[in-house]
Amino acid sequence: MQKNEVISIRSSSDVVLVRQAVRQLAVELGFSLINQTKIVTGASELARNTLEHGGGGTVNIEALDEGTRRGLRLIFEDSGPGIPDLELALKDGFTTGGGLGMGLSGTKRLVNEFDIVSRVGEGTRITITKWK
Amino acid sequence: MERIAILQIGHFLLVTIQVDMHDRLAMTLQDDLTNRISQTSARGVLIDISALEIVDSFIGRILGNIAKMSRILDAETVVVGMQPAVAITLVELGLSLKGIRTSLNVEKGMALLRSSLGDSEGGSMDGDAEK
Amino acid sequence: MSLNGQSKIPQILKNREAEVLADWLGEQMAAGIRKDLLKEMELREECREFLELFTDAIQQGNFTNIQSPEWRGLKDMLASVSRSRTQKGFTPTETANFVFSFKQPLFKRLRQELGQNGETLLEEILSATNLIDKLALWTTEIYQKTREEVILRQQEELMELSTPVVKLWEGILALPIIGTLDSARTQIMMESLLQMIVQTGSQVAIIDITGVPTVDTLTAQHLLKTVTAARLMGADCIISGIRPQIAQTIVYLGVDLADITTKASLADAFVLALKRSGFAISRSKSAI
Repeated sequence: MQKNEVISIRSSSDVVLVRQAVRQLAVELGFSLINQTKIVTGASELARNTLEHGGGGTVNIEALDEGTRRGLRLIFEDSGPGIPDLELALKDGFTTGGGLGMGLSGTKRLVNEFDIVSRVGEGTRITITKWK
Repeated sequence: MERIAILQIGHFLLVTIQVDMHDRLAMTLQDDLTNRISQTSARGVLIDISALEIVDSFIGRILGNIAKMSRILDAETVVVGMQPAVAITLVELGLSLKGIRTSLNVEKGMALLRSSLGDSEGGSMDGDAEK
Repeated sequence: MSLNGQSKIPQILKNREAEVLADWLGEQMAAGIRKDLLKEMELREECREFLELFTDAIQQGNFTNIQSPEWRGLKDMLASVSRSRTQKGFTPTETANFVFSFKQPLFKRLRQELGQNGETLLEEILSATNLIDKLALWTTEIYQKTREEVILRQQEELMELSTPVVKLWEGILALPIIGTLDSARTQIMMESLLQMIVQTGSQVAIIDITGVPTVDTLTAQHLLKTVTAARLMGADCIISGIRPQIAQTIVYLGVDLADITTKASLADAFVLALKRSGFAISRSKSAI
């Protein structure tokens, strides 16, 4: 199965759309309920980050099939202000948005692979992968 | 504008969240609920999230806020019916929702509210939450 | 290979199929095929199918790369033979021998046909040996893979068996843990406990760690996660069976279990659970 979908994130109802699209694909891939819940929650966190800190952006949702294992890869991209101190941003409890500060660090714990690239003034790209 | 219904049952308010809430809807719920508590002098709030498929940090924060705000308005909040997958995910996410009371379902949540109100009133039952 | 598709093998196999098959079967029977595990009829059918697919594939003259598409059919066939032998209890050697034993009958025919031409015979034998070795290795690879799958499945089964959640009383569950608590096990344990909490509507769960040999920071964290998840759903956990050494370790490690009710024994925890659920225990007759 080779599937690929791009959703733009411009408003808080787009965050809901992202959740629904990720859920649907995770179900199609046969993810367990727990893993569905984890990847959808992670997607929700990152979509909101893209919206609130990145000033909006896109997510690329991709189904992975490597023969023995299947998974979901989500790439969130924005051209916002970027994150000056990645290490700090990934710490539990760090927040700029008035949230609980669990967005990035918590999402990292929910997925199998987590990659973040950010340049101040240019934007941020976060890639997460969850295997079935 | 869409809203989440708030039902009044005696001295309690019951909210059943059945939609995939976007953030603004959650904020509206927080507003509506605090207003209703003060209008009705409700003593307890039950939030049934058994139909919620995920609780992320934002929804977690809203639930926490509701609990704190209602406490100031002298009402106890109990979140009921969280699904196992949601609970496991929340814990991995690093949220334990400290300060929020929980219960397995609406019925048990209601019983919890009654007994804790009874206790705090020293059993005098001046609030007739029992009826 | 220098033969470049001019090998005589395809022709020889076509012309003398029946003899090769008979020799090959004889070879395997003589070597003592496990008659207890495999019927002669079945073996004959497998050999026939192998020979047919082998002859087909070798027409292309490719003796070196069994990854190419013409070998797909034979490889699939060998994979299924290998899988069925793994399940029947053959050893890897016995499984690979199915392919290796094909060398003798093939070489015999080659010698008969090409005997007068030593150079060609040598080349043919070399390339055939190479090819057959690759095919035999392929069966070993599949054998290994099948075994791994079996082990993986058993591990999962064992995991589920090792975390039984039992109902002690109306509204009271117990989860006795025996053995080491790692992440994978905690995950399954958490899932089955939470599922049972929903199913039975239980408000108290006792996690008994009498059978857990050591508690390190990670184990303690796993326990904490389970307790927190249960609490989020509206059930309280009591941890029981904490041996004195473990209590010491927990304190030395600086793990904070302050928010969790702990009891020394499962019995104590049960009494507390009953009390919390509104039950009282009394003796109907005084023991003499």
